[in-house]
Amino acid sequence: MSTDTIKAPTKAKEPAAPLFSAKNKRLLFDPLNDNNPITVQVLGICSALAVTVKMKPSIVMAIAVLVVTAFSNLIISCIRNIIPTRIRIIVQLTIVAAMVILVDQFLKAFVFDVSKQLSVFVGLIITNCIVMGRLEAYAMANKPWPSFLDGIGNGLGYGLILVIVSTIRELLGSGELMGFRIIPESIYKMGYFNNSLIIMPPMALIIVGLIIWVQRSRNPKLIEPR
Amino acid sequence: MDKDSNKATFLFSTGMVIVIAILLSLAAIGLGPYQAKNIRIEKMQNILSAVAIRTTPKNAEDIFLKFITEQVVLDKKGDIVTSNIAAFDIDLKKELDKAKTGDGDKELFPLFVCNNEGKSFYVIPLRGKGLWGPIWGYIALEGDMNTVYGVSFGHKSETPGLGAEIEMTQFLEQFVGKKIFDESGHFVSVKVLKGGGAPNNLHGVDAVSGATVTSNGVSEMLKRTLNNYIPYFKKTK
Repeated sequence: MSTDTIKAPTKAKEPAAPLFSAKNKRLLFDPLNDNNPITVQVLGICSALAVTVKMKPSIVMAIAVLVVTAFSNLIISCIRNIIPTRIRIIVQLTIVAAMVILVDQFLKAFVFDVSKQLSVFVGLIITNCIVMGRLEAYAMANKPWPSFLDGIGNGLGYGLILVIVSTIRELLGSGELMGFRIIPESIYKMGYFNNSLIIMPPMALIIVGLIIWVQRSRNPKLIEPR
Repeated sequence: MDKDSNKATFLFSTGMVIVIAILLSLAAIGLGPYQAKNIRIEKMQNILSAVAIRTTPKNAEDIFLKFITEQVVLDKKGDIVTSNIAAFDIDLKKELDKAKTGDGDKELFPLFVCNNEGKSFYVIPLRGKGLWGPIWGYIALEGDMNTVYGVSFGHKSETPGLGAEIEMTQFLEQFVGKKIFDESGHFVSVKVLKGGGAPNNLHGVDAVSGATVTSNGVSEMLKRTLNNYIPYFKKTK
């Protein structure tokens, strides 16, 4: 790692590389499918189970995680050459915690009702393995722009699964989407009930499991050789 | 300088902490007014929801000013006092804490009078202890200062699915129509009981199963906080 990072500043002949080169695009889109943080790396499951009862909090949570991963990746990458190696985890944690507190303050100021629903889970982004994982695995060894994209990509990958799971859960569990009634009254009168089991966290785990199953059986890169 | 030397490590961590501390304090100061406004609006919404008026954060302030016609401050003896803090801004926690420091007789209690379709309702703020942290709420009494018109509860950190159920409509609806005085005019409050007591029990509601401590906390909160208003009710009636 250290040889890479020391070389990087002297090798200043590559500024002409396009901002969205093929490599950078891969950083952005790989985590959506082939390298999804939730379904492939199985990170950040806890919050994914807890906040996906309704779509609105899931989307806010996804945006919060995206902002935290993107900007903590960016900041860590910018200062990666001066971070003392022995305290690098503490430094990463401090930056992440600061970002999370900022996000939490913004949510409390501008989307108070959602912030109340997310309650403790915004604070728990600090311990979300995706954030620390990307910092240690990517941002510590790469330039700011690719790191930023990597952060956005992983945030999007996390958010994608959250939105899919919460769509299924809100539709079957409350008959609504984004708080609007989707399943008409007449069907309820015919004896239809909302499935209250699907509101429970274990069902989110089962839905994530089903998503992993579908994804693994359809994506050739993820099919393990027999 | 070698970035891994002790000196560099100390310099780096000190610098980082100072920069982040400044950043976070700026954010807290800058966003403080917005957060305070949200908390005010939430308080208005909670007061209104005790008298069964549904609001959204946007219209809460207008509706509050329209329906809450009077806000008074009471002292321990039940007299209306002119205090230098508005009833709305009284922090019930601080008032209840006065008893601990021996200032018990200086406690001030806010009371909100709501006028809806020609009827008046009295909204009283409540505060007590749940299992994990504070619980609070508002209770609205009808014009006879005896019949419960509605309640709303909130909590800091009760267990989801158990204690946290005190916020749910099914639990709150049970309070409607209950009475806080018995027939001979003694204050008995409304208790949260296992099994809810007899169906015609005017002073008991069904507790949340699996949440004994929170349920007891609600009973205790109602009894203790309402008790402070009894002198006022007796004088006014």
